[in-house]
Amino acid sequence: MRFSGKAWKYGDNVNTDVIFPGKYTYTLTELRDMAAHALEDLDPTFATGVRPGDIIVAGRNWGCGSSREQAVLCLKAAGVGAIIAVSFARIFYRNAINNGLPAIVCPAAVAAIEHGQPVEVDLAVAEIRCPAGVFSFPPFPPSVQRILAEGGLIPYLKRVLAAERL
Amino acid sequence: MGQTFAEKLLARNAGRTSVEPGQVIDATPDLVLSHDNTAAIIRTWRQLGLPRVKHPERLAVVLDHAAPAPTTQHAQNHAEIRQFVAEQGIVHFFDVGRGICHQVLCEEGLIRPGMLVLGADSHSTHYGALGAFGAGIGRSEVAALWATGTLWLRVPESIKIVVSGTPSKWVSAKDVGLYIIGQLGAEAGNYASVELHGETIAQLSMESRFVLPNLMAEMGVKNAWLAPDQVTLEWLRAQTQDTSPELAERFFAGAIYPDPDAHYAAEYVFDVTSLEPQVACPHAVDNVVPISRVAGTRVHQAFLGTCTNARLEDLAVAAQILHGRRVHPGTRLLVIPASARVLRAAVQMGYLDTLLAAGAVIGPPGCGPCMGNHLGVPAPGEVTISTANRNFRGRMGTREADIYLASPAVVAASAVTGRIIHPAELE
Repeated sequence: MRFSGKAWKYGDNVNTDVIFPGKYTYTLTELRDMAAHALEDLDPTFATGVRPGDIIVAGRNWGCGSSREQAVLCLKAAGVGAIIAVSFARIFYRNAINNGLPAIVCPAAVAAIEHGQPVEVDLAVAEIRCPAGVFSFPPFPPSVQRILAEGGLIPYLKRVLAAERL
Repeated sequence: MGQTFAEKLLARNAGRTSVEPGQVIDATPDLVLSHDNTAAIIRTWRQLGLPRVKHPERLAVVLDHAAPAPTTQHAQNHAEIRQFVAEQGIVHFFDVGRGICHQVLCEEGLIRPGMLVLGADSHSTHYGALGAFGAGIGRSEVAALWATGTLWLRVPESIKIVVSGTPSKWVSAKDVGLYIIGQLGAEAGNYASVELHGETIAQLSMESRFVLPNLMAEMGVKNAWLAPDQVTLEWLRAQTQDTSPELAERFFAGAIYPDPDAHYAAEYVFDVTSLEPQVACPHAVDNVVPISRVAGTRVHQAFLGTCTNARLEDLAVAAQILHGRRVHPGTRLLVIPASARVLRAAVQMGYLDTLLAAGAVIGPPGCGPCMGNHLGVPAPGEVTISTANRNFRGRMGTREADIYLASPAVVAASAVTGRIIHPAELE
């Protein structure tokens, strides 16, 4: 899998309340509605400016706070191809993988990439290409790669359950 | 080499003699929690095409986040959930008004030492107060658990925090928790299992103990653990009205304690003897200062509620402070008990009468305005002082409002003066 787009760069400890406000959690169910409110309380220009394949580049502890899965869904629905961060909060990390959104830990790339620069992520070779150079990251373990390849935990589980029925 | 709480518990759960940090195991939770988000989980689960959930007796569903329903759409979600739990034979279902999920499951005796509890709520770390392993997961993962009963978990590194010293009169578990988060930072416990040790912890009442693992979620922890002891057992006895000797036998048979020579990724020691009440300032839970630094800040709303601090002793301290006093004109005091059981006890003790006489607004047991759904959201430009666990920008519904987090005593005292104040100044 390969994603390329523009970098949207943010800082440390970006929490799920600013990624997807809690007041919408039980009322917005359509993906396009979630996308329209992505990062609403952090960067009001994001939801209208983001293009398919764009990459979020973030500091430490991206996605801390609530377990709400819409924090991942709204970004994916908005077209985000991958998130590169210094580190992720653990529930956000699980939710990202489980919804087929690559969450990549690569502090060197985060330091090198500037807001608005073109970035390419190639999961097959575990590389990030940007104007400052090429950065490698540890490849995902096979179990995670299988979930990402199926587009998330639920499609993956569907396949596993179907195979069990045969 | 010795093992930590998390290593022992996950090894036992996975049927192994030992596990190591970093290892991934297939875990089988004893209890799986979801709340109002159950409606969304049902939609996800239906994609799997299964007729029945695998272990309905291991599921718990509590309606609390937007309860009673503020809009038709919320009501529709609740209706779908009621139909589903009836269809699937989910007996641990607690409808609108019973209280906040974490409080209710503990009160109902569903949480015991040594259990593995996974919940679609980040504050599922709460269950560590009773010696269980409680961790938050996502909605899709709960749908997967409904289907299979198992989920992968990475064995976490463990962090040991030792708290010593007798805090002063107005310093509570909330202040200790905020202080630890302020000192260590919002990411200090990410992916880790935190064990809270020390004389200060052991001397806390059971109600106070719940505050700490709940708050530790704001340090990113996977779970947080306190040693179950006689205090824990007596609390469970009182809640379940089970006086049988078997309760104690099962309690200690299930309990897991770390080995003295267990290995920790980090160890921290805090002495809270001279600690002031602590306040977390906008817009981060680790932005913590002693109260003297923010005293005098004007507050429009004081909120006593949420899974962190809305138990009987929290209402008791508020009633003590508000007795014979009035809430400041221009400030609202909003009190939302953590559960119907807490509310009823507060009525019987006369606390509610005191709070109402002082001008407080009482809300129905549940999460209230904590996450901006209803029942007391602030206007843009307003300041709330709250006993909750989160003060992120926009948390209570508008990005233009400031939220300060503090203990029930500080919130109650600030309601009286309309400004953030040390409760000692009202004595």
